[in-house]
Amino acid sequence: MECCNKRRMMKESPESNFMNRRGSSCFPDEVLERVIGMLKSRKDRSSVSLVCKEWYNAERWSRRNVFIGNCYSVSPEILTRRFPNIRSVTLKGKPRFSDFNLVPANWGADIHFWLVVFAKKYPFLEELRLKRMTVTDESLKFLARSFPNFKAISLQNCDGFSTDGLAAIAADCKNLTELDIQENVIDDKNDNWLTCFPESFTSLEVLNFSILHNDVNFDALEKLVTRCKSLKTLKLNKSITLEQLQRLLFRAPQLCELGTGSFSQELTTQQYSELESAFSNCKNLNTLSGLWVVTPQYLPVLYPACANLTFLNFSYAPLDSDDIAKLLVHCANIRRLWVVDTIEDKGLEAVGTHCPLLEELRVFPADPFAEGDARGVTDSGFIAVSQGCRNLHYVLYFCRHMTNAAVATVVQNCPDFTHFRLCIMNPGQPDYRTSEPMDEAFGAVVKTCSKLQRLAISGLLTDLTFEYIGKYAKNLETLSVAFAGSSDWGMQCVLEGCPKLRKLEIRDCPFGNAALLSGLEKYESMRSLWMSDCKVTMNGCRLLAKEMPRLNVEVIKEDGSDDSQAERVYVYRSVAGPRRDAPSFVLTL
Amino acid sequence: MSTPLEHDYIGLAEKKKIPSSSSSSSSEDGKTFKETELRLGLPGSESPERKPLSGVSLSLFGNLNNNNNVMNHHVHVAGAKRGFSDAIDAKWAFSDAHGSDSDLGKPSALFSPRGSGNVVGKPPLDPKTISTQQGNSINTPASASQSIKESKPLQEKNPQLPATNEHASAPASKAQVVGWPPIRSFRKNTMASNLTKNNDEAEGKPGFGCLYVKVSMDGAPYLRKVDLKTYSNYKELSSALEKMFSCFTIGQCNSPGLPGKDGLSESSLRDLLHGSEYVLTYEDKDGDWMLVGDVPWEMFTDSCRRLRIMKGSEAIGLAPRAVEKSKSQN
Repeated sequence: MECCNKRRMMKESPESNFMNRRGSSCFPDEVLERVIGMLKSRKDRSSVSLVCKEWYNAERWSRRNVFIGNCYSVSPEILTRRFPNIRSVTLKGKPRFSDFNLVPANWGADIHFWLVVFAKKYPFLEELRLKRMTVTDESLKFLARSFPNFKAISLQNCDGFSTDGLAAIAADCKNLTELDIQENVIDDKNDNWLTCFPESFTSLEVLNFSILHNDVNFDALEKLVTRCKSLKTLKLNKSITLEQLQRLLFRAPQLCELGTGSFSQELTTQQYSELESAFSNCKNLNTLSGLWVVTPQYLPVLYPACANLTFLNFSYAPLDSDDIAKLLVHCANIRRLWVVDTIEDKGLEAVGTHCPLLEELRVFPADPFAEGDARGVTDSGFIAVSQGCRNLHYVLYFCRHMTNAAVATVVQNCPDFTHFRLCIMNPGQPDYRTSEPMDEAFGAVVKTCSKLQRLAISGLLTDLTFEYIGKYAKNLETLSVAFAGSSDWGMQCVLEGCPKLRKLEIRDCPFGNAALLSGLEKYESMRSLWMSDCKVTMNGCRLLAKEMPRLNVEVIKEDGSDDSQAERVYVYRSVAGPRRDAPSFVLTL
Repeated sequence: MSTPLEHDYIGLAEKKKIPSSSSSSSSEDGKTFKETELRLGLPGSESPERKPLSGVSLSLFGNLNNNNNVMNHHVHVAGAKRGFSDAIDAKWAFSDAHGSDSDLGKPSALFSPRGSGNVVGKPPLDPKTISTQQGNSINTPASASQSIKESKPLQEKNPQLPATNEHASAPASKAQVVGWPPIRSFRKNTMASNLTKNNDEAEGKPGFGCLYVKVSMDGAPYLRKVDLKTYSNYKELSSALEKMFSCFTIGQCNSPGLPGKDGLSESSLRDLLHGSEYVLTYEDKDGDWMLVGDVPWEMFTDSCRRLRIMKGSEAIGLAPRAVEKSKSQN
């Protein structure tokens, strides 16, 4: 604001040499751009752009990265008009519940048109990071042709492409440093895409193809790894055997992040010791993942590398408590741990004992649909971890039942949670000791964890849970709700009470039009709202759309469903207006 | 549309096959369960409707990728258990829990009861199926989905699942819901296949003191495993294999004068092996098929990945040497 005051003064003293041709800024634009250009945080840049016109311009000219949390909230034209110099784009497409098959195929979020615009406006584009977008081989080929400086592509939870697209990237992106394919729905056609990297290509730093099913051309891989001396991240798929892994590690001891292939070949003693020494030569390893299909006897080859590990992703390796305990003894520096619930409570006790620096824990179910005496982790394992790992701030915990008391104890031990995602896998499951709802558990979470940003709730829950959330969760940004609540009042509490709420996703709850409409004022400050299988009707949605023209109110309509019900509603703010590419089953109201 | 198909298949499945007694193929599971339940449990009023779901889903996923097939096997294993315990806990299994399910008519796979837990895990892979199921499309699923929707919000009163059991037998009659628990398909598929694989691995866990390799014999219906560390030379290995596989050569003996099953001895097998009928080969760590006996024993155990008793006719290039070698070894 001082700047603006000065500006007024300047106008009155024309001799001042602070004036420049653009207007009345106190600094030359170039300087302002330089200074503002050093800001990295999106939020800071956003704030800066609101100060005054000069700062807005300085910010937009100096911006190199842009993050778009909802690809339909803005159009490529608007984006490129405002930010002319972008080098890196991050785009997220479908609503998160599409991961769980709640969004039909061909819903949208196709990258292609974005790429067409970028080819014209951002010919120097270097990085593209996409999540939940549809990406076709055509698009990947187009990308590879259109951006000569292209360096990094990261595709998470995307669909629509095959290894042919990867081949195009490999062949044509001469400066590629990163090829990161995570958890996509990909058509694994041939094993030769790796051979498409030219012999002269040496710039790769990140290679992640862990999700591919089929064999890759190992010879080509080995040669690639050998000549890319800057390779830091290598994540292999399950076709890579232990023997092959050893050879790769031998070529790339400088790796920082490793995703192994299958960990269960039958090794001879000699092969075993070669593998062990390969691991002990990797002095820089801080992240370990993969271990598709583990033979626990071979885990000790990892021990030499464990001391420096900070992130251990064993979420596809169903180990038992003994195996994990023996390993964790060596992993004192672990900050992030992802495991399968086959380690059971005893395994979690080992976590609590051996990993005092732990900050993030994710426990995935081995067999989510198992019945009867299915094991897994329980409240006592949860407590055990919280007792030993006081720095815990991120938890994702799948269990079959829980108690209010246990959760209260956990958050008392670890009051700094920022992300608390508890999934009690039986919908509507009460506290198994007291048979009461789980309201008090989440009440304890929001009361104790003042820094809470993300919350996912489950179990038997009444409106009381939502009252607690609305009253206490003042920093909450993301809330995921399923099979919970008693009435509209619950959702209302949240909409009225959580000032920082950005993403609200709800399924199978008794929230209807009153609840939906209570957030009229709120939705423009949020990224999006998802409601599926609730009690919202088409009329309610129409009313919302009418009252709030700057929101896109979309209903996903199933064939043959009741016309008055709005089974799946997706509401989001947008400056781009209604979607132009909506399929027939998406109705924009 | 997949829905009409689905219903046709339900109809067809019920009439179609006569279940064999104990099949191991997952596609017949549905019928096997049905049979089992009918025999052991109550006269299956609602239950037979349930089973075709397995058939339905399996058929729907017949076209999907291999991961699903692996899950099919998993279903088979788990489902077998459920089939039995369902029969045993007949009361709630057939009356209340599935009372509501049967009210739903031929429920969409959304509401498959206990038995088909994993099966429903799969429908989410086909969004179209979901959309038709959830979407109350043709026939009875319309009412199914509706009543489920109505009952779901009541869950806070009735914590047990939409099947709205009066009995507190919640753990049993769990209706599976699309996209719940919230686990991504990739993880679901991978874990399912890992579990089956790890079960297989667990059986033949190699320690450091043993070196199990698979042994296959051409024409034999199944393979064997031997621990190479328990032998110290080729002769011991050879005898062990002869003992192991003698049963498979019964009936393949063409030499006259052999008494037949009763009189078949190890020597007959040896004769077969040495008579250039069969040749012992192994796959080394480079993936090449080599003749057993060329290299020192230690080197052999170091590099042998698996063994194969090959028909002499296939080992044409090796056969003459095989005969000489075998003869010289014995």
